[in-house]
Amino acid sequence: MNMQIIHSTRIALKSASGRWGQVLGWVLAGLMVSGCERPSPESVQSGYRGTGMVQVYNARLLEVKTEQNQPPVAIPSPGSDGPKAAQAYKNVKVLGHLSVGEFTRLMASMTNWVAPNEGCAYCHNVANFAEDSKYTKVVARRMVEMTQHINADWQPHVAQTGVTCYTCHRGQPVPNAIWFKSDPQPQGANFLGDKAGQNEPSPVVNLSSLPNDPFTPFLLEDQKIRVNGPTALASGNRQSIKQAEWTYGLMTHMSNSLGVNCTYCHNTQSFQNWTNSPPQRVTAWHGIRMARDLNQTYMASLTEVFPPHRKGPTGDVAKLNCATCHQGAYKPLNGAAMAKDFPELLKPALAPTKVAGQ
Amino acid sequence: MADYQNLFTTVQAVGPVHQGVALGHGNSPRTGQPLINYWVGKLGNAQLGPIYLGGLGLASLFFGLIAFTLIGMNMLASVNYDPIQFVRQLFWLSLEPPPPSYGLSIPPLNQGGWFLIVGLFLTASIFFWWARTYRRAVQLGMGTHVAWAFAAAIWLYLVLGLFRPILMGSWGEAVPYGIFPHLDWTAAFSLRYGNLFYNPFHALSIVFLYGSALLFAMHGATILAVTRFGGEREIEQITDRGTASERAALFWRWTMGFNATMESIHRWAWWFAVLCPITGGIGILLTGTVVDNWYLWAIKHGVAPPYPEIFPAMVDPALSSGGKP
Repeated sequence: MNMQIIHSTRIALKSASGRWGQVLGWVLAGLMVSGCERPSPESVQSGYRGTGMVQVYNARLLEVKTEQNQPPVAIPSPGSDGPKAAQAYKNVKVLGHLSVGEFTRLMASMTNWVAPNEGCAYCHNVANFAEDSKYTKVVARRMVEMTQHINADWQPHVAQTGVTCYTCHRGQPVPNAIWFKSDPQPQGANFLGDKAGQNEPSPVVNLSSLPNDPFTPFLLEDQKIRVNGPTALASGNRQSIKQAEWTYGLMTHMSNSLGVNCTYCHNTQSFQNWTNSPPQRVTAWHGIRMARDLNQTYMASLTEVFPPHRKGPTGDVAKLNCATCHQGAYKPLNGAAMAKDFPELLKPALAPTKVAGQ
Repeated sequence: MADYQNLFTTVQAVGPVHQGVALGHGNSPRTGQPLINYWVGKLGNAQLGPIYLGGLGLASLFFGLIAFTLIGMNMLASVNYDPIQFVRQLFWLSLEPPPPSYGLSIPPLNQGGWFLIVGLFLTASIFFWWARTYRRAVQLGMGTHVAWAFAAAIWLYLVLGLFRPILMGSWGEAVPYGIFPHLDWTAAFSLRYGNLFYNPFHALSIVFLYGSALLFAMHGATILAVTRFGGEREIEQITDRGTASERAALFWRWTMGFNATMESIHRWAWWFAVLCPITGGIGILLTGTVVDNWYLWAIKHGVAPPYPEIFPAMVDPALSSGGKP
């Protein structure tokens, strides 16, 4: 056989490729560490050893989060003496039982919490404070009722900590995290390219390709979240894999909103089993029901009150989810008990008011 | 001593390009002018081409390209025909199976109809390619081991996209055609059926998957280590044991007491490889059809370890009246 042998010219290669090899080496090393987090995250065990029950914390990000979740200082209470707000002012429907001092203190606090830059005029006609001409005032009244309802009736979720306007608003007229029904998918032709409500890098589901509006079925409607069956062998559980993806989407939103891992509420040995789950799961369970109740009872009733520019692409009202209050913290404001300084927000005094569209 | 490490190709033996053996009646001529490429020679044989296309190959390419194009067009349409978004979001895009509500009926095109059509064409393409691997092997006087190994993978493919959806009564159970979406499907599959890690066939499949990697590493390393004695000429070593074979065998016998032989190591590799999709397919096929919750199944049969309860006694709040509905 007439064979020709090609030897690689090793020595020549070495000198020529040496510099490039070095550059390539540095580039590769840079790429390798570019995905690293600083400082090294800390993992804290929260369950039985070997079960992967850990929470992962980044001290640097935790510090930022702590700073963002500081409650404002409460205005000192003037006491409940003196004439009642209902006697002193007109058109006071929800907070009429407060003293004038308490009432104005809450109004001033609400301004700080919700519209610090816009001031009283954000909700009130300054020529006639009693008037309901601005939609923001009608919304604010309903929101006060919602706050009272949360603190009184949803203690399985908010416990004694409770909520105030600031829990969600954080000094802004519209809270950071709200949701609308998703925009209809833009399509050149409607005979192909259906995304089935998923398959795009949506921040709602932490940039995964999971269904990106898990809120409509679970936090507005009452669709079934649970997909696991009660028996080992098949016995008629018809929940599909696609339904599991929707549940997965909702859970990803919860994990993201609270800044926690799955294992904060679940033992991943069995996501379904309650016996080995951390107690936080019960709190979260009530939270889902709370969000649904508030969206159905309070937000939906304001649909006609809001002007079009405050509504979503399909004309629906702004709604809340876990992130609206939590904003990245396992407890909103890291558990600061703000509500205790405002006893008027702890329970409803009167029957709920009627708003348009209810 | 250390100058013959043999981790990368340093020597390329190159002869005149050749078309390969003469083929009998009924075979198509091979396509393409062969060429010698140095860099191809770094990875394998330096000769590139010719390729045998034939009727089966062309049919497979034809149906495969239709499936590929339909998936691509659906992805492109889903970003409103924006080529930049198509590239940016490519890993997120997908062609989804029909909603479960359609069961096994034929859905509208944009509600999974395309998915079923793609499934038909892709399956046809795969079957033609399988027949091609079978027939080429026979024509070359080889055994049909490659075709049957490929058939093992096709089994898993058919379980995922055809057999299981039919048994479950819903095309919606099938796997979407998308990079991230099919991974999400995998996670959702495990979540829906109560933790797939408790599925013993899933465990077996992992054993054969990781086992294949281990065997491949062991075998590759062993042969490279004895090439200085001619060990890479495995066929010759099978029929006529040389010192390379003897040393390789002794190495493993001394290391772990047992050694495969020059021929049996390939049976090990083949069986590990085919058993990975075969056992995996059985595990998938049983999921949902027979077993609905692998965690409960594992508890029932003493497979899942009982961990001590360290959290306060927890009750499903849906069962108690303590809170709101």
